[in-house]
Amino acid sequence: MKPPPVVYHGPDTVDEAVRLLAEHGGHAKVLAGGQSLVPMLNMRLTAPARLIDVNRLDELAYVRTDLEGVRVGALARHADVERATHAFEAVPLLRQAVQTVAHPTIRNRGTTVGSLVHADPCAEMPAVLLLLDGEVLLRSDRAGERVVKAADFFVGPMESACEEDELAIEAYFPKPRGRTGTDWRELSRRNGDYAMCGVGTSVRVDDTGAVTCAKAAYIGMGPVPSVVDVTGADFSGADFCAAAEHAADQLDPEDDIHASAEYRRHLARVLTARSLKAAYEAVAP
Amino acid sequence: MNDKLVGQPLVRKEDPRLLRGDGRYLDDLGRGALAAAFVRSPVAHARIAGIDVDEALDVEGLVAIYTHEDLPGRIAEPLPLLIPHPALTHPRTPYCLANGEVNHVGEAVVMVVATDRYVAEDVAERIRVTYEDLPPVVGIDQARAGERLVHQDAPGNVAAHSVQTNGKGDAHDAIASAPHRLALDLHIERSASMPMEGKGVLAHWDPDDRTLRVHSSTQTSTSVRLAVAAKLELPPDRVEVITPDVGGGFGVKIVHPWPEEILVPWAAMTLGQDVKWVEDRREHFTSSAHERAQRQHVEVGFDAAGRLLGLSVEIWHDNGAYVPYGIIVPIVTSTQLLGPYKVGAYRVEFTSLYTNTVIVTPYRGAGRPQGVFAMERTMDAIAEYLGTDRLAVREANLIQPEEMPYDQGLVFQDGRPLIYDSGDYPTMLRMIRDLVGWDGFEAERAAAAAEGRRIGIGIGAYVEGTGMGPYEGAHVKVETTGEVVVSTGLTTQGQGHYTSLAQIAADVLGVGVGDVTVITGDTRRFKYAVGTFASRAIVTSGNAVAIAAGKVAQKAKRIAAAALGDGISPEDLELVDGRVRRRADPATAIDLRTVAVLSNPLRYAFDEETKAATQFAAATGTGDEPGLEATGYYMPERSTFAAGAHGVVVETDPETADIRILRYCVVHDCGVVVNPRIVEGQVHGGVAQGIGGALYERIVYDDAGQLVNASYMDFLIPFATEVPHIQTAHMVTASGLNPLGLKGAGEAGVIPTSAAVASAIEDAEGLAVRRMPISPSELYELRKAQQARKEQVSA
Ligand SMILES: Cc1cc2nc3c(=O)[nH]c(=O)nc-3n(C[C@H](O)[C@H](O)[C@H](O)COP(=O)(O)OP(=O)(O)OC[C@H]3O[C@@H](n4cnc5c(N)ncnc54)[C@H](O)[C@@H]3O)c2cc1C
Repeated sequence: MKPPPVVYHGPDTVDEAVRLLAEHGGHAKVLAGGQSLVPMLNMRLTAPARLIDVNRLDELAYVRTDLEGVRVGALARHADVERATHAFEAVPLLRQAVQTVAHPTIRNRGTTVGSLVHADPCAEMPAVLLLLDGEVLLRSDRAGERVVKAADFFVGPMESACEEDELAIEAYFPKPRGRTGTDWRELSRRNGDYAMCGVGTSVRVDDTGAVTCAKAAYIGMGPVPSVVDVTGADFSGADFCAAAEHAADQLDPEDDIHASAEYRRHLARVLTARSLKAAYEAVAP
Repeated sequence: MNDKLVGQPLVRKEDPRLLRGDGRYLDDLGRGALAAAFVRSPVAHARIAGIDVDEALDVEGLVAIYTHEDLPGRIAEPLPLLIPHPALTHPRTPYCLANGEVNHVGEAVVMVVATDRYVAEDVAERIRVTYEDLPPVVGIDQARAGERLVHQDAPGNVAAHSVQTNGKGDAHDAIASAPHRLALDLHIERSASMPMEGKGVLAHWDPDDRTLRVHSSTQTSTSVRLAVAAKLELPPDRVEVITPDVGGGFGVKIVHPWPEEILVPWAAMTLGQDVKWVEDRREHFTSSAHERAQRQHVEVGFDAAGRLLGLSVEIWHDNGAYVPYGIIVPIVTSTQLLGPYKVGAYRVEFTSLYTNTVIVTPYRGAGRPQGVFAMERTMDAIAEYLGTDRLAVREANLIQPEEMPYDQGLVFQDGRPLIYDSGDYPTMLRMIRDLVGWDGFEAERAAAAAEGRRIGIGIGAYVEGTGMGPYEGAHVKVETTGEVVVSTGLTTQGQGHYTSLAQIAADVLGVGVGDVTVITGDTRRFKYAVGTFASRAIVTSGNAVAIAAGKVAQKAKRIAAAALGDGISPEDLELVDGRVRRRADPATAIDLRTVAVLSNPLRYAFDEETKAATQFAAATGTGDEPGLEATGYYMPERSTFAAGAHGVVVETDPETADIRILRYCVVHDCGVVVNPRIVEGQVHGGVAQGIGGALYERIVYDDAGQLVNASYMDFLIPFATEVPHIQTAHMVTASGLNPLGLKGAGEAGVIPTSAAVASAIEDAEGLAVRRMPISPSELYELRKAQQARKEQVSA
């Protein structure tokens, strides 16, 4: 479990990092928190010729909140996102979800943007980005800056729209509009494990308490995180079972050693009903 | 008089050092040594058609590549069968490096030595081995079917077959003529010891001295020494084996010699340079050892009170690809299954089967968790059948204190009769009943149900043979500084021996625990030992330390009596507070360290202290050998039997099927307790592992024999968050078999955990749990099957 030889670069500026990526393109990998990349290197599952370490790019170590939403720089750790009270107040789902990412020590190193680029179908933050209709800012020498919407960002399991010569600069999590409640819940085998099924929901209500928009996002339920819009479901009596049933029917999970596909779908049903209810109750008049 | 130290919950002496990071583990040693890495089989069963190293040869830093063909003499022969047994009719052990055939994923095929481990892995990656696949045998069903064979000359994949009966009549007849009968099919899955520190070996050859020094992260340095000497054809006297700090063993490191324990020293001798190998996690998963996997078929006959009249158990034990450690695990299962109960006529039959998977050797509990699972599931099934209380059924079958010593009529794993020396099982069950709140539970259940919550209570009891022979020894020496040095051949892996053995020695010698230094696992300091396993260290070494220290105390009294003169005889003296003093007149005393000086009559003085021992100053000699030191051995006549009972309350989510432990209680009897804090820690660690075995840990092989969860991401060891608060209560029924009255405590916590958790889940859910571990997904499947059965019945 030792990595193969690799050339290390430690750029001090974003410009330099982008230039190095342009130069080494397909042979280089960005090293952020290393919580996913380093194990893969050690197990020789990946063998890039070069590592471009972005840990000195202090200019990207931010979590900023404005009226629109929360901007998370590429060097912000999961723990920074978790602790930022302003971010929680604007977009509560960020903290609700990031608390369930791994364990504190891993959150201290792992970056939220790194998690998005890594695009593990079981990771929480991609689903959060998707549920909130967020986006990712990318930069390369070749294409300059471009913004990719969440819906286009998660291409496949462990595959995002971030090209080999691109540096992800920032993720943008828009503040939910109107009177919107959100909730995150999941069931994992052990505390902090990747979930067997994870559900994030957002429910918007009008002043009478009627649901005007309801969505659920899922992890661990397919090759990429997915969102199901359940706005049209029957919510009468604040009962979310029909919506949950409908959502779970859209999912096509797989068996693995921790849970059968059927159990996963069952979990999706149970957790979605609980989650929609909690999201609804957070804002219901 | 000093307060006795034995029995006090002293803080562990070793912890400050270990917690500050001052421990020295195998990988902390041997800076600058060459590194070894291995090419291991990626397939479960194959013939090796060729090994091509061409691409690897120009890697800078490569030192040597070895295959089986390169190995000389006895190194090229199969590894030893450590524990032969007449029932083990087809023993097969592995080679150090595969000899033409591989039998499990992870089997070592090629050894690489390079300037460091990184380079060694670069080389290993470039070596091409061509495999001709053979059909793999995976799992007990396929092994039993016997259509595919692991070893062509082991028909039916049977390594061993054994039948034992307890001499109380024919079990099948007893069952057939019993008023009530039940049959159960049970299944326990594979798990593994999984110490945080894997194995590791460092070897240094001194060509001037012709001495080989081996450091190994082992549970038995003395036996590794003999094995290495035999394999490398060196006089044992030229081999030293030292065990540095060890980051956990749990059984896997009692197996020896591992291929690496032979190959690394051989490479060091061959190359004339230090060589080190440190196992990584993936290697540990696929090339160390696993345990637990068994299927069992139980038939039981009983009366209306739930009293057992006959019990017949058939066990199919998956022993993996080889059996270097013999059939200890199924023997332990077959015998310890009986627990604290009288079972009437008993027959147990086991078949130990080869599969193309990693070898199976004892892991903490060593077959007992499986046996207890069988027995306790049977108890619960009887209670369910009769509609009586589960504890009442157990109570109806208990061996009573006045029946001790109780002969179970079987032969135990040490080859001696299975005779329980002491125990009070009715009190034990009464204590667990109170501790876990058995009697008030229906009210608790109702209150939970009113909140829409589902809870259940379960129990599991066991008896554990501990402290088996053949022997352990100790050397105790009082230095002229007053420091007491206790050397044992025993190794230590975190059990607190530096403290508990010091307590024993300090009591005998009348010194403080701080005055005693304990040395373990270093054959330069003590050569004769067996090893640390099977909950035996405190019983065997503890008593040996007491015996050796007792000899030292006698010698100290003789020397002191001579020094004090005045007609004082040794019998008048006692050892207290670092002094040897006259019982009748404590002011008449001499420091123990001065006695140490006097114990070594000198011709030459080199300071004030030693002057006292020179010929014109010294008191008259006592005829003793020089040095205030002695060696003592304790050789138990047979095992001593500890016991315990666990009670657990679980909550199962009616919707998600998530399983949570709400309460975990332990009643524990390990005879006289040397250090209650250490015992409690051992119990906690054991329970944590038991919870792993009940709810989380399983080694998963696919049909091709690939180990699919060979990492800590997917092999789920419980975190602190999964282990509940554990309430323990101790009871003491001293062992009459050894001078200190001790019984072992190392494995206890893990033994009945699966049984107790299964019992609680059954109680919460009203369905039968026949297979462990159990995950929420599996509980969900059980509920569905139960639902389907109910619908069928009502239809
Ligand atoms: C034991 C354990 C448990 C975990 N459990 C969870 C969990 O429950 N949920 C969860 O979501 N995650 C979990 N993780 C993963 C963790 O969240 C990682 O931190 C995250 O997936 C990746 O972030 P990182 O900063 O560590 O990225 P790295 O490991 O450094 O990189 C990951 C990948 O992203 C690329 N990359 C990173 N940053 C950029 C960038 N700015 N621009 C372009 N490419 C980039 C890298 O090249 C690499 O391919 C766990 C990790 C461990 C070790």
